[in-house]
Amino acid sequence: MKLRDMAHIRTGDKGDTSQISVIAYLPEYYGVLQTHLTTDRVRAFYSGLPCRHVERHELPALGAFIFTLEGALKGGVTRSLALDPHGKTLGALLLDLDVPEEG
Amino acid sequence: MSSLRIGSGAGFSGDRIDPAIELAEHGDLDYLVFECLAERTIALAQIARRNDPKAGFDPYLVERMEAVLTPCSERGVRIISNMGAANPLTAADAVIEVARRLGIKGLKVAAVTGDDVLEQLDLDAALLDQPGQVRDLRASLVSANAYMGSDGIVAALAAGADVVLTGRVGDPALFVAPMIHHFGWAADDWDRLAHGTVIGHLLECAGQITGGYFADPGVKDVPDLARLGFPIAEIESDGSAIITKVANSGGLITTATCKEQLLYEILDPAAYLQADAITDIRNVAFEPLAPNRIQVTGARGRPRPDSLKVTLGYLDGFIGEGQMSYAGPGAVARGRLALNILRHRLGDRYDDLQFDLIGVDATRVAARPAPASDPFEVRIRVAGRHAEADQAARIGREVEALYTNGPSGGGGAVSSVKPVMAVASTLINRQRVISAVHLKVS
Repeated sequence: MKLRDMAHIRTGDKGDTSQISVIAYLPEYYGVLQTHLTTDRVRAFYSGLPCRHVERHELPALGAFIFTLEGALKGGVTRSLALDPHGKTLGALLLDLDVPEEG
Repeated sequence: MSSLRIGSGAGFSGDRIDPAIELAEHGDLDYLVFECLAERTIALAQIARRNDPKAGFDPYLVERMEAVLTPCSERGVRIISNMGAANPLTAADAVIEVARRLGIKGLKVAAVTGDDVLEQLDLDAALLDQPGQVRDLRASLVSANAYMGSDGIVAALAAGADVVLTGRVGDPALFVAPMIHHFGWAADDWDRLAHGTVIGHLLECAGQITGGYFADPGVKDVPDLARLGFPIAEIESDGSAIITKVANSGGLITTATCKEQLLYEILDPAAYLQADAITDIRNVAFEPLAPNRIQVTGARGRPRPDSLKVTLGYLDGFIGEGQMSYAGPGAVARGRLALNILRHRLGDRYDDLQFDLIGVDATRVAARPAPASDPFEVRIRVAGRHAEADQAARIGREVEALYTNGPSGGGGAVSSVKPVMAVASTLINRQRVISAVHLKVS
């Protein structure tokens, strides 16, 4: 399955950190994503970004994860030369990730 | 104690005004809040104020007030906004002027000041999230504004203000203040303040909880997005609330839209730092009661921090940019050739240069599937930073010069130069940040 079939996302920014929320559509998907949507996997997916540190916060009661990608926005919204300086499009890219159906 | 109804009339300065009018007329509101102050906007406003002592407030303040002041004043809806930006005092004057023009007599407009801490800064204070101290930015510093809590707004409401205009306050504080005023919550009732903070956070981006920034056709559909309604919170004295919107407005409120907005831009869900309280959102729960009526409960609070975050605005050179399109067979190859030519012509005089092929790689991530075939059109984009404006402008000129000095078939060149208003952050002891209320009457 694609991540897009299991979860929805929203992307925000604080300074030069990109913040991506991943929210499971169903409670059973949360466990699958806990196993497969690891920090390493997300860091590897965004290998084109200059991240200093990637962290995952687990929110089981909400069936969600928050990923913080420090350094992803290279200088932050105001200094960045990127077409999308807020990095608002980053989370949507992740929806293309392949995720096994079983935890 | 009766419940309290707060509507959110804007999620950013340039937001749509029609949904705010709909809320003012049909929301059965006690308060209408407008959140309009992005991180660096206040620094840009500070520059405007330097050039004109009466300027420096939100550019849409007058237009918004002309649209909502009459319906709000007829129904006793009080207005709270950070549209005071870098100049809440002259913003209040401008609202008084609108009220007089509309024939509204006796309207009380309050300006809340105290967030401008440029003179109180500790030059030895460390910058957050980057090396260095405040003194390193001193020469180019334009503004320093502390994220104040709700106290100044609460004082303004206690003084009877119908309209309250602030500069920088934490966005949720715009919503927490009327809750404190209405319910009389104690300043150390951390759980209730945390609930108020969550409600404020859910509402502060307006349409982002009612189906805006949510639609993904076929996967996450939103009905009647073109007529998107803005949110209302019905708040009880225990801090629980129902998030809803005007009946028959467009959009939708579901647990999914609520979760997206709850987590939006939260870096640490165990400790969401605001001046009024530290909030743990991990066990916030959403319960659908009816279509477009979602109950929110479960925030936990801890004592407020001793320091307040300060946003520093400083000038940091110029960004120049140019773009041009290529289409048809070989468009990608011609675009790449154009970028290589520009790399050569622009040389190494820039602090940083970025070369994008829009349609191929402009979102800057390595891991992506290879396209089955080349796109039939692409757009090249070059951006770079330089201390001097004329050097930054040279980037756009070199892009334009591709018409007669580049690959075949380029078109639609555009260029721009803009000053870079960069922001950094530091902390200040909250004892050094004192809010003040200035009341004016139409």
